Order: sequence, then C-alpha cells, then structure tokens
Amino acid sequence: MPLKITKTPKCYVGGAFIRSESGAVSPMHSLSGEFIANIPQCSRKDLRNAVEAAAKAGGWAKRSAYNRGQILYRMAEMLDARASEMADAIAITEADKKTAAAEVQVTIDRMVHYAGWTDKYEALLGSVNPVASSHFNFTVTEPCGIVGIIAADPFPLLGLMSLVLPAITSGNTVVALASSAAPYPAILLGEMLATSDLPAGVVNLLTGKRSDMISTFATHAHISSIAAAVNQTDAITLQQGAAENLKRVSLFDPETHWTSTESQGLDLIRNHLEFKTTWHPVGA
Amino acid sequence: MPSRNLSAIRRLLDEVGPVDPTGIEERVAKYGTRSVKKAAKVFGLNLAVSMVDLTTLEGKDTPGKVASLCQKALHPHQGLDCPTTAAVCVYPAMVKHAAKIVKGTEVKIASVATAFPSGQAPLKTRLAEVKAAVADGADEIDMVINRGAFLAGELSLVQDEIASVLEACGAATLKVILETSELETYDNIRAASFLAMQVLRPGDFIKTSTGKTSANATLGNNQVMLEAIRDFYLSTGTEIAMKPAGGIRTAKQALTFLIAVKETLGDAWLNNQRYRFGASGLLNDLLRQLVKEKTGCYQAPYHFSESASSY
Repeated sequence: MPLKITKTPKCYVGGAFIRSESGAVSPMHSLSGEFIANIPQCSRKDLRNAVEAAAKAGGWAKRSAYNRGQILYRMAEMLDARASEMADAIAITEADKKTAAAEVQVTIDRMVHYAGWTDKYEALLGSVNPVASSHFNFTVTEPCGIVGIIAADPFPLLGLMSLVLPAITSGNTVVALASSAAPYPAILLGEMLATSDLPAGVVNLLTGKRSDMISTFATHAHISSIAAAVNQTDAITLQQGAAENLKRVSLFDPETHWTSTESQGLDLIRNHLEFKTTWHPVGA
Repeated sequence: MPSRNLSAIRRLLDEVGPVDPTGIEERVAKYGTRSVKKAAKVFGLNLAVSMVDLTTLEGKDTPGKVASLCQKALHPHQGLDCPTTAAVCVYPAMVKHAAKIVKGTEVKIASVATAFPSGQAPLKTRLAEVKAAVADGADEIDMVINRGAFLAGELSLVQDEIASVLEACGAATLKVILETSELETYDNIRAASFLAMQVLRPGDFIKTSTGKTSANATLGNNQVMLEAIRDFYLSTGTEIAMKPAGGIRTAKQALTFLIAVKETLGDAWLNNQRYRFGASGLLNDLLRQLVKEKTGCYQAPYHFSESASSY
C-alpha cells in the first residue's frame, strides 16, 4: 500500500504560499470526523503583511480594462479545469456532492460575468455632466485601492469570490479572510489563482479566526474599502473602526444565498470605486 | 601589483587581527531574534529617529526639495512627540540652501564631498570641495576613501588623503565612507576601518557606504566595523562613531542595527553623537510605526509626507 502524502495547506499571499507568521494552525475535520489537515491560523500580523503585498500590486489598476477581463476569464479557465477537485474540497464540509459541484459551476460563471464587466462599468458609472460655464465636466471612476473582504461561512468558494471578483474587476487589490468554518476551498483557490496570470498580490487569501483579525480589518488605515458578510456584532466593530479613516463598508447578510444572480453585477463593482470629477476649459 | 596589494593589507591585518566571517554571520543572525515590544520599541524608534541623517543625494535635487527635507527633519510628524533628526545630508551645492532653514537648530548639516560617490577626482579638487561645503555652513563632511588606491595596496596614500581632508574640515565632523561593497571582504573592511580610525579625531565617524552601489549597509558589515571601533577604543581610548548608510528602509531593520550597537559597544554609543543612520525612506517607516504604537492602528504610507502608495 502506498504511503499517504499528507498536504500542508498554505495561504496565498503576495503570489507566494505562506504559513501563518505566528506558526499557529487549527485542525480541520471532515463531516465524518476524520482529520484532513492543519489550516494556518493567520494573525493580525499576517493581515498587515498581506496589506503590504496588496499595496505592491498597484500595477493591476494600471492595466487596461481589456487585459483585466482577459485575466479574469483565465481564472475561470483554471477553475474549470480543476472543477472536480474543487468540488471535492467543498464536499469536505458539504454533505450534498451535487450542491458542491453546483457551487463551483456558479463560481466559474461569475468569473466570466465579471470578466465581461471590466471594460463596461466605466461607461455606465462615469458621466459627462451639464454645467453652466464653458467647461467640459466629466466624472470618471477610480478603484479605491486595497479592499478588505470578510467572507461568510456558508458557500466557502462562491461566498468568497462573490465579494472578491467585483473588487478586482475595477483594479482594486484584495486581502480576503476566507470562511472560518470551511477554509480549505480558499487554500485550493490560491493554488489555482497562482496559475491564472493574475499578478502576485492582487488577491491575497488568509485563513483563520475572524475574531483575531476583524478589528485590524476595521482600523487598518491602508484598507480603503471593506466588503463583509458578518453578523451584527462584527458589523458594528467594522463600522466603528472604519470611521477612523473613512473606509467604505459594504455589509452582506451572512446567510446570503450567493447562487442567485442578484449577488453579482454593477452595484457590487460600484461599492469599491471613487468618483473623480474634472473640469476642463472648452477650447484649451 | 597584486602581491604588493596583498602584503600591505596583510601587514595591517597582522597588527589589528583578521575577521572570522562565519562568526560574524552567526553573530548578526542572532540579532534578529531579540523581541523588542511596547515601551522598549517606542524608545528604540524615537532613538532611531534622533539618529537619522535625512538624506537626499540625487541629480535632480533642487533648493525647494532640500527646503522641504529640512522642514521634515525639524518637524518629523504632526501629532507625534518625537525628536528631530540628527542632520540633513545633501550635496555641497545644496548646503547654503539647507543652512537658511536649519542653522541654529538642533539639526546639523552634513554634506557629502570629495567627488562623491566615486572619489575619482584630483586631491586638490576634492579638498576644495570640502572647504567650500564647510564655508557654506556644513557641520559635518561625508568623504569617500580612495578605494582604487586601497585595493592597489597604497595604504599610506589612502591614509594621507583622509588626513588632508580632515585638515580641510576644520571644526566640522568628518565621516569616512569606506564603501564596503567595493572592498569585497570583511578583512578589507576591518583594515580600512583601522586605517581611517588611526587618523581620525574622537567623535569622527566611519561610515559603511555611499548608498550609490548595489550592495549597501548590512548587519555583517556593520558588525565588522562596530567591532573594529570597539577594539580601537580598547587599545587607544579613542571613541570613534559609526554610520551605516543605504539599504536601511524599515523600522525593524533599524531596531536590529541598534541591538547590534547595544550588544557590541554598549549604551555609550546609543546616541546620535556616536551612531547615525544614513537614510531617506527610513524616517517615514519609523514615524509610521510610532503612530501605530500610539494609536494601535496600522498606518498607510501616504500619510507620511511621501507620495508613495507602497512600502
């Protein structure tokens, strides 16, 4: 009988696979109680490091919208090729295999959905504004910068990507905390993103306890927008901390059924955009 | 030529003792393991701020840029009760612009001179540059040694040039840049350190690098030079100061360098008369960490008078 190779799950941060800075891990078990692996339990210092990695990936916003779309599509290709592996990962904590497979399929569709949005949202959100003087007056959008994501516990893949995708569509970089109850799909996702042409540091995935990191997400001055599927108590922590540097906070019901098409689209992209209005003299 | 080179440096090393490279690397690897937290960290960060030679050495320096650098040195960050930096460090042509702002304050004016960074100009030109900088108001002169002569084994020439520059400095403090990356071995760094220290006055500096080459100050180079200063002090009683420069960008690095000073030379060297950091970006990271310690919130780099959005 061949010796079983046990895997060390690692988090995808800055294009590299890291263990937690603290060295802490928490054991993960299957529904039947069997030990699967030790998952890194990231700390607020890992979050700090991930923000620094996200800051170094600022070139993502400077890429053409078309190129960002190509790369999002490539992500869908990479996930599609390993769809059954991902479905098995979700099935560690999801009893119904069909549900797990469906979640992967919807995630792939959602990646393609946002791949289409990259060069279109600007035309819908930006505007040419009527003004009384002899000026052209434009409003254009800019990505916020670094977006913090706190994913819900259910739908460990789809719930995470439904928040990550709209943020990176417009050129933001992301630091995301995966589902605490089912972190393994996020670990596997990192391995797929690493082969998807997505530049290092654009998406950084952490695993661990939400309570260890939530106040740091809230108060970190370099995170300029947050999307979180959290309960009332955590929502208050986030909003109070966000007041420090006037972060945008978009809150979602932790029980959201992410498979609905209402969980995608332009409004979610708008959550992580700044609007810039320019006055330009006519004839100059 | 090579034989003469080797023998001259070897004779000096016979006097002062060679370096054990493995020992040095092992020693400095341990410095990173010290845990400095809370009050000790704030003390260390403030101390590091007071040791910074805030530097701008670029071809595109303007009087305006130097003026804002000087203001930054005087008032590092609003809302923080932290010291001024030790000095500003500029090219000789910029000394008179810096003098308008910092003369009469605690912040000193350091100027690189002697055909910085290469040092490849006639001695007469180099000395004239030093005198001009001092006349314009420089309190400290950062000179480069003649690495070409050193590597060719003309040690007395190197030493004589340092002595000439020292004379041209008058009352100004002298910092002798060894440019460690071009000296190639720890033995050479130690030899060059002694060569300089033998002619320096107490309170003058030896300095690692110009910051203009690919390799800059490292913990290893710093350690070799600190130990040279210690050995020189123990044998002569002369206290020479030390300035690592280039490549020290983060607060964490700075604290590790200070640990090296504390554990090699002791508290007598833990002040800005005896130890400096030559750096441009370091100050902002120190301030960022100080604000983090004060507020408990991690800070963004663009809140620290820098356009940078990254680290």
